Amino acid sequence: MRDTSPYYTVVSTTVSQVTGDGNDNQEVQIKMAKSVRRWEVFPGKNKFYCNGRIMMARQAGVFYLTCALIIITSGLFFAFDCVYLAQNVTPAIPAIGGALFIFVMATLLRTSFSDPGVIPRASAEEAAEMERQNEVANPNSPGTYRPPPRTKEVVIKGQVIKLKYCFTCKIFRPPRASHCSLCDNCVERFDHHCPWVGNCVGRRNYRYFYLFILSLSLLCIYIFACVLTNLILRAQDDNFLTAMKDSPASVIEALVCFFSIWSVVGLAGFHSYLTASELTTNEDIKGTFTAKRGQDNFNPFSKGSLLKNCLGVLCGPNPPSLLDRRGMVVPEPEPVSHVSVVQAEKDANAVSAHHEYYGSTQKTNNMGTNTVADRSVVVVNEESSPKKRDMISYQSPDGSINNKVPSVNGSGVIPAQNCIGKKNHIWDMTLNQLDYLGHRVNIYPASHGSVNYYRDPQEAPTRGELYVHSAGYPRSDDHQKYVLSRGVSADFPSVNY
Amino acid sequence: MDTQRSPHTKVFIQRDFSEGIPVKFQTRYPPELEGRVDRATYESTINTINEMFAEAESTGSRTYCESCFACLTAYLALMCMDTFYEKTLKKVRRYLEEQNQRIYMSRGVMIIDPAERGLRILEIDISSIDTPQR
Ligand SMILES: [Zn+2]
Ligand SMILES: [Zn+2]
Repeated sequence: MRDTSPYYTVVSTTVSQVTGDGNDNQEVQIKMAKSVRRWEVFPGKNKFYCNGRIMMARQAGVFYLTCALIIITSGLFFAFDCVYLAQNVTPAIPAIGGALFIFVMATLLRTSFSDPGVIPRASAEEAAEMERQNEVANPNSPGTYRPPPRTKEVVIKGQVIKLKYCFTCKIFRPPRASHCSLCDNCVERFDHHCPWVGNCVGRRNYRYFYLFILSLSLLCIYIFACVLTNLILRAQDDNFLTAMKDSPASVIEALVCFFSIWSVVGLAGFHSYLTASELTTNEDIKGTFTAKRGQDNFNPFSKGSLLKNCLGVLCGPNPPSLLDRRGMVVPEPEPVSHVSVVQAEKDANAVSAHHEYYGSTQKTNNMGTNTVADRSVVVVNEESSPKKRDMISYQSPDGSINNKVPSVNGSGVIPAQNCIGKKNHIWDMTLNQLDYLGHRVNIYPASHGSVNYYRDPQEAPTRGELYVHSAGYPRSDDHQKYVLSRGVSADFPSVNY
Repeated sequence: MDTQRSPHTKVFIQRDFSEGIPVKFQTRYPPELEGRVDRATYESTINTINEMFAEAESTGSRTYCESCFACLTAYLALMCMDTFYEKTLKKVRRYLEEQNQRIYMSRGVMIIDPAERGLRILEIDISSIDTPQR
């Protein structure tokens, strides 16, 4: 079975095949394959914690500052002022403060840790289809690569909205969506990227963000008022200076609150205006819906009245995350689909990604420059020194090759893995059934049309290879693919032809 | 290996944004389905999906109650309950599975759950190996 094909040479590495027989090895590999969740190969620049449950932007230093400021100030307030005020005024003061503090922290953490409404990137097939349609639209230059049209127009309630094409995500952005350059994601109803909360603010977390700002400004005012009361009450017994000496914490809190109140309250006011007029910060800054050049411009997303808009933002539906971050990357291999194929994107902006096994990639061929015409399977070998870790190597738009270990922060850039995961499994099975109906066993890749960075059960520990397969792959090449797959992997006993 | 073309033709049904952001798919009948699925059957499927999404995206009393309740618990309740929208996604999924098995699979057509594609598009796979009985 190990017939060498001309497309590659077998490279042995120092990692020996210790696990004696193939079955054991296969089992181990399948286990390994199963342990990769989709957040680990998420293409955007995000950080994930708690096995994908928590999602944040990569740079979150300012977020920790926000947390520290709120917690320390409130802590001082509860530890010093509240004790005095509860004894001398009313115990309701710490109770109200506590409730406000819990609400502020809950909304802050929810804003920071949740998916802001990231739109999953297009699968390779979807992107290829887009290009194919474009080729039809531009028949003058068949075969030559040409970027898809940059805009598409839709009419929403009589208002013409331009949909821009995102070259990174390979989609026409839905109305109101925008690409966050810091997180490298398209976000639905993008508001802005807020470093203070360490996340984008978009459709899914704008509500929490707005409530956070609102409750934070309340908390600020509340603490400031209580601290002043405390100081004034103490000053009644003595003069103001000794009161400040008696409780120095109050002075610190008063200063912090005094300086933050203006910006926080101002921001809350601004976002109240945005909420009431159903605008995003992005649209407000760009003036998307302001009348210009005599055109009658209005906001087609407004629900008509200020109250309705506010209710829509605060009590509207809770759209679920579309990322399926905790889904598995590789569905459990089925016998029929034992072919390792990685589809590479081919246009200039594409991050040509491939999984490779135990190899390092200083000498990777320039995979991202494949043209449309180049549809052959390319198998590249790595001859560099092996590393005992899986790496994801990707090509950045400027052509350089980068390597990433996909473990901690899920930063490997891989295009379009969005259709692989726990949910996909059933669809694959049914698709195979569909083929059986046609009395033919088809070795279509497991995820049919999505990128499938497949860990080949036999080969993974010994060699560094990568399988690249251009997106618009014609089916007549099936045989070639099959041979190649046989070549690079040890055995596919269950593939019937 | 005698096939010259892909055993799966894929049709991507785009979103219909004419009413704003809410999820809605275009109801135009794709010509690729000609001879496999008749127009009425296809349109009723798409319309049913669109209705389900429209219900989830509407701000009815149900979502108001849900959101207010979640807000009162400082959104901690959302950690342990499915929102109405999530239930709708599951409903759409179940509906499509049922439709595929009952109608489309036997005609070599399969509609992929749009949640698999991030609700951006509705993908329809058409198997060209299995020629339908006309
Ligand atoms: Zn984008
Ligand atoms: Zn961002």
